[in-house]
Amino acid sequence: MEKRYASIWFPCLLANRKVRQDPALAHTDFVIAAPVQGKMVVKAVSPGAKAKGIKIHMVVADCKTMLPQLEVFKWEENSEHQLLKALGAWCIRFSPVVAIDPPDGLIIETTGCTHLWGGEALYLQDLIKKFSRMGYQVRVAIAGTIGTAWGMARFSPSTFIVPPHQEKTALLPLPPAALRLETPVLEKLSKLGMHRMDTFINMPGSALRRRFGNHFLQRLHQALGLAPEFIEPLQPTPPYFIHLPCLEPVRTAKAIEIALHQLLEDTCGRLKKEEMGMRACVFTAHRVDGKQQQLKIGTGRPSVNVQHLMKLFEHKLPTIEPALGIEVFTLEVLQVMPLVPAQDALWPATVTRDDVKLAELLDRIADRVGEKSIKRYLPDEHYWPERSVRLATSADDCSTAQWPAGLRPLHLLAKPVLIEVMVLVPDYPPKSFKYQGRLHKVKKADGPERIEQEWWLQQGHYRDYYCIEDETGARYWIFRLGHYDDVQQPQWFIHGFFA
Amino acid sequence: MLHTLQQEILSLQGYKPPPVQARYSMGLGIVESVFPYKVFPTQVVHELSSYNESEAAATNGFIAALLGKLLMHSRKCMWIAQEQQVYPPALRSFGIEPEQVIFVEARKPKDILWIIEESLKCETLVAVVGATDHLSFTESRRLQLAVEQSHVTGFIHRVLPRQQETVACAARWHIQPLPSITEEHLPGVGFPQWNVELLKVRNGQTGQWSLQWKSGQFCHLEKQSPALPSYPQLQTG
Repeated sequence: MEKRYASIWFPCLLANRKVRQDPALAHTDFVIAAPVQGKMVVKAVSPGAKAKGIKIHMVVADCKTMLPQLEVFKWEENSEHQLLKALGAWCIRFSPVVAIDPPDGLIIETTGCTHLWGGEALYLQDLIKKFSRMGYQVRVAIAGTIGTAWGMARFSPSTFIVPPHQEKTALLPLPPAALRLETPVLEKLSKLGMHRMDTFINMPGSALRRRFGNHFLQRLHQALGLAPEFIEPLQPTPPYFIHLPCLEPVRTAKAIEIALHQLLEDTCGRLKKEEMGMRACVFTAHRVDGKQQQLKIGTGRPSVNVQHLMKLFEHKLPTIEPALGIEVFTLEVLQVMPLVPAQDALWPATVTRDDVKLAELLDRIADRVGEKSIKRYLPDEHYWPERSVRLATSADDCSTAQWPAGLRPLHLLAKPVLIEVMVLVPDYPPKSFKYQGRLHKVKKADGPERIEQEWWLQQGHYRDYYCIEDETGARYWIFRLGHYDDVQQPQWFIHGFFA
Repeated sequence: MLHTLQQEILSLQGYKPPPVQARYSMGLGIVESVFPYKVFPTQVVHELSSYNESEAAATNGFIAALLGKLLMHSRKCMWIAQEQQVYPPALRSFGIEPEQVIFVEARKPKDILWIIEESLKCETLVAVVGATDHLSFTESRRLQLAVEQSHVTGFIHRVLPRQQETVACAARWHIQPLPSITEEHLPGVGFPQWNVELLKVRNGQTGQWSLQWKSGQFCHLEKQSPALPSYPQLQTG
């Protein structure tokens, strides 16, 4: 599901609260100040005083000269944070996922909530109305990313709802400050005359990183939805941990199996509702004598298939020793991932039921012989035969490199084997060679194909590869390491077999 | 009359006539004519034996050539062995994208057989290649039963078999490399060439052919290529 976020900005957070506490202050100008290095410095300004030119970080004495009737209140440590927390808790009525965004904002994940208000516009209206009734000035914007919503709430003159996938267009007229950047970077940008986002948003990432640092690029990508950003909800989502107590200690294999099935069914039910899938989980049996026994499984793809998960546990279950009996079973999910719903393929890019079946098979194999024994190879950009393939890291991994174009043997020895050869002319393939105690006469030969050492990785001689055929028709891939000269005789190796 | 009787027997033995759309040729030419319905049997288990390293390479080459014909794009196959020797880039010359092949390695023969059987049960795969040195009749029967359910094609490559047991596979092959043929006086090595021996086949005739793998196709060589050189008998005593 498309994620939607609302960012709420309180331009006068503390001042609004002060008025709420003491309505008599509604029409007076006041500041809230705290001592900093022996001076009283303004921390928050009332809307009235702000209109008269009082700003945050000014010294109170200066403000007094500008506005003699200004009232000054003492600032309390951490007051914004506590206030935001309280407001965030109140906002749970709008969405279950609310996070505070210090020093003066809230972030609400509105995904799947706005339709209850009849659309995002009405949702926004209701939010602003409720806050202003409480006496808080707010500016709210809804967008597909946290970064864009933040920038729109604070800097957008008119639009406050950004349709999905239009973050970039919405950001174009805004100043760079809408990207949540540090002051030095902002100063640098303004020095370069970049006062609007459209002046730099299309520049290549490498150039931006070089000039403004990694953090700048990350903020930009977060606003555009290219980099992930996470919020810490005030109400944390409960961990995937359930336990199943037994009326009486159980000892039989069947009972353990039933307990596991029950736990998996409950967990998968919840995961399915949240559109998540399990990647790894631990099943623990707590015994009467206080000892614990654990079984751990992992899957290659997020899964909520109880039968498949049961199968993964199947051959591990007999290793549980119930001894005097097991009192409590627990199941903890260690890793979850968004579940990609399976559907029949319309085009190859989507996940099909076939893929799921294959992934389940691979899970079972990985469970039995280890994950490392399953390999899929992709080309790598090296000519050196041992390095021209690399292992795929995931089922969806693909490479942009090309497979080597030259003739390659079907069997490659993991380590080239030294052979004794008889060579007539230095730059020619051998006349005969001895491999595993048998003499082979070379009848036909192709080559050489010279493959140089990649000096930035490894030092050594180059290899001259020959494809040769002996009198029985067996075809080999052999190479000479280096060349013949006055000092040394190069060694010959056999490296592979052709079909 | 005889023909219909023959067909009835075949269907009783679990050999259903292949559906029309599945009757695409494997490009084996004359070799295909010895099989029932004159079609290379897919969805069964083939057994191939090799007795030395060069034969093993030739056998894998033959399997890879057949796999290349079986694999449609974006379908996957499994290659299971104790120690993987196949060099993925070479598979491209047999019409296989190396990404399509999932390689599995396992030390214990028991694990290998378990993986082969489980993979053969997975109908998502097109084919499963398993290299093992030991296969008993019971185990081969299990594999055959798995294949009948899932319609996957199995190739069991028996590297240096300890003994030649009777197995329930549909066909038994023996592939040997042959000296390649080059144009007169031209240097270099020619196209891969194999002596393909069909030692046993259920409901078909056995035979022996020399096949050449040339630009993605099998070529049957009509004229008998030079007979395999007979190794000089070692004098003992």
